[in-house]
Amino acid sequence: MPVHWIVLIVLALAVIGYVMGRQKALASAGGNIRDLHSLPSYYGSSVAIFTMVFSFLVLIVWLIAQPIVIENQVAGSIPPEAVREGSTLGLMMSDVRRVADGLDQAVSQGAMTSEDAASIRSEFTDVRDRLGAIGVALGSDVGPAVLRAAQHYRALNATGNLFMTIVVLGVALAGFGFALMRSHKDFRARNVVETTIRYILIGAASIAILTTIGIVLSLIFNTAEFFRLYAWTDFFFGTTWAPSFSGRGGSSELGFVPLLWGTLYISLIALAVSVPIGLFAAIYLSEYASPRMRSFAKPLIEVLAGIPTIVYGLFALLTVGPLLLSVFGDGGLGWMKAGTAVMTAGLVMGIMLIPFVSSLSDDIINAVPQAMRDGSLGLGATHSETVRQVVLPAALPGIVGAILLAASRAIGETMIVVLGAGAAAKLSLNPFEAMTTVTAKIVSQLTGDSDFASPEALVAFALGMTLFIITLGLNILALYIVRKYREQYE
Amino acid sequence: MKTMQTEAAEARLGATMNAAKETKISARNVQVYYGDTHALRDVDVDLESRTVTAFIGPSGCGKSTFLRCLNRMNDTIDVARVEGEIKIDGEDIYDKQVDPVQLRAKVGMVFQKPNPFPKSIYDNIAYGPRIHGLARSKGDLDEIVERALRRGAIWEEVKDRLNAPGTGLSGGQQQRLCIARAVATEPEVLLMDEPCSALDPIATAKVEELIDELRENYTIVIVTHSMQQAARVSQRTAMFHLGELVEFGDTKTIFTNPSEKRTQDYITGRFG
Repeated sequence: MPVHWIVLIVLALAVIGYVMGRQKALASAGGNIRDLHSLPSYYGSSVAIFTMVFSFLVLIVWLIAQPIVIENQVAGSIPPEAVREGSTLGLMMSDVRRVADGLDQAVSQGAMTSEDAASIRSEFTDVRDRLGAIGVALGSDVGPAVLRAAQHYRALNATGNLFMTIVVLGVALAGFGFALMRSHKDFRARNVVETTIRYILIGAASIAILTTIGIVLSLIFNTAEFFRLYAWTDFFFGTTWAPSFSGRGGSSELGFVPLLWGTLYISLIALAVSVPIGLFAAIYLSEYASPRMRSFAKPLIEVLAGIPTIVYGLFALLTVGPLLLSVFGDGGLGWMKAGTAVMTAGLVMGIMLIPFVSSLSDDIINAVPQAMRDGSLGLGATHSETVRQVVLPAALPGIVGAILLAASRAIGETMIVVLGAGAAAKLSLNPFEAMTTVTAKIVSQLTGDSDFASPEALVAFALGMTLFIITLGLNILALYIVRKYREQYE
Repeated sequence: MKTMQTEAAEARLGATMNAAKETKISARNVQVYYGDTHALRDVDVDLESRTVTAFIGPSGCGKSTFLRCLNRMNDTIDVARVEGEIKIDGEDIYDKQVDPVQLRAKVGMVFQKPNPFPKSIYDNIAYGPRIHGLARSKGDLDEIVERALRRGAIWEEVKDRLNAPGTGLSGGQQQRLCIARAVATEPEVLLMDEPCSALDPIATAKVEELIDELRENYTIVIVTHSMQQAARVSQRTAMFHLGELVEFGDTKTIFTNPSEKRTQDYITGRFG
């Protein structure tokens, strides 16, 4: 039975269970709601929950486990000598899957009976032709071993699906019966529903956490793999970045320092642009602007945050770069060779970060109690004295936090760098030279045709890991600062 | 017999003292609007110098609003509009020539909730003097800070920890710190907006004692919800109700023999 039928049947059972559970509880109380421990809907819900939750859990686990188990069994049944020269078991298994899918389609389109599909022999029929006739294209002729494995695969799948249907529906019915039996006026249905809700919420939270852990673990393992192939001292202290992709011969130099320098340099310029502008904009909006001006200007500034970074990248490439070149290039001061430079990317990234700084700072400045301002104004301080000496010091921890968050955004930014700063990994102080960052290099290391097990590809994970640690450190520092000083004016 | 005599003596003394005092603040036909709401109407009052004047009345009656008119703190509220004439030492404070910043240096204010800045105790007090350039040297500033803290009756408690944050003090200490901070700029008038409403009785007693001492040098206007406090600390009392000044006179008269029924009802707790 297809999975969606199973799901529909269980859902239907749940609905029936809801109605019956509700009625049974009501009947046990003689129709008087006040005699029930919980509201009638809770009794219905508890039956529906027992019907659905466990059966769906079984279904999910089964759907994940069955392909793995079957794959192993089929792979184990293929004799080693049947694996062709120049092929691997893995490649053969994908052939098996494709043929099995093809046979499934043939059966569902009526081109074969299911007995045919289970009994055809490659010795007598050209399976590739017959499947090709119904629109299933196969790359190579189907050998007897593959066809037999595919038929074995189909058979196992069919049995597995049958058992799955029986078990899942059985669990659903058992839950249904059990919960319905308990549906009595003294049963604490409300507590059951509350507990279930709590577990569902815990489940959602743990999925988020587990995913994060998974990502970090994959980073860690691949990074460890990289450091097995490449000395960590050369990575962290090497000052040359010159990957040579395997096949061309020669060894790569994968020094991290030029990339880190490029990242920090560009981020620094970005912050030098965004922090003053963003902060002053925030002060204007929260302290000086009239409510009308504020309600008009704040969303406009926040529109900047909604622009995709690739659009900023285009802006850097097509507008800012040529503009800078016309001033600092050969026609002007002669410091700049091409439009792509640290300055180009830094300026555009700074513009991108303005709304981050201003929006966060604005909220933080607004959170400074009005009593502080009144106290200062009441002492005869002017507006700007009040802002400078009372409001900003009170808001400073939050503002520092906002700046650190903006910094970790800047460090993680990719598209603007790819388009605006060029791709040359260089150690230089000249802001008008092309440089590149960690993120941009991760992109170029993984978008090539390189072997995934080579240090040239694995270095991406080491770069990603290092970047992750840097931004994580910044975020933790930001949170720590914000938290430590938050209560100061309470 | 004896009590009657002393009362008569006190009354005579009070009369001569009143006669000696000149008018510090005079308000004529003051109207305040918050947007479309007419929050305060037709207030005429003369406040004497070196006197504690209490503003009493139920919540929302306009007493705080009027207090905030006296140092133009209402300017900081966008929708507020003040009409009429308020003169301090004969000078119209709503005149275009008057700089509200200078006015507020002359008319200090203490707020309902203690609001020390998130700075050290020393910097809290030194804030005003620094802004107005009152100190010529560091030693000068130290002296001003000590004098203000002494006048705020909090010097003994904080003299050893002037660099500790002002926000770390207890509520009552914070409020006295705020009073000391207001005093440090050498104002002539001190406005207090329910200065004791967030304090416990012991801290309240200290602040009240302080107000009584400050009366020698300052003109003090205090808004309070406590009848007892008004009776204890003030010489003159103004009763507000629904945006109007109901009655104004000697505290003793207001509390013992009010001429308005509304005042009588409020004082005896029949409404408010």
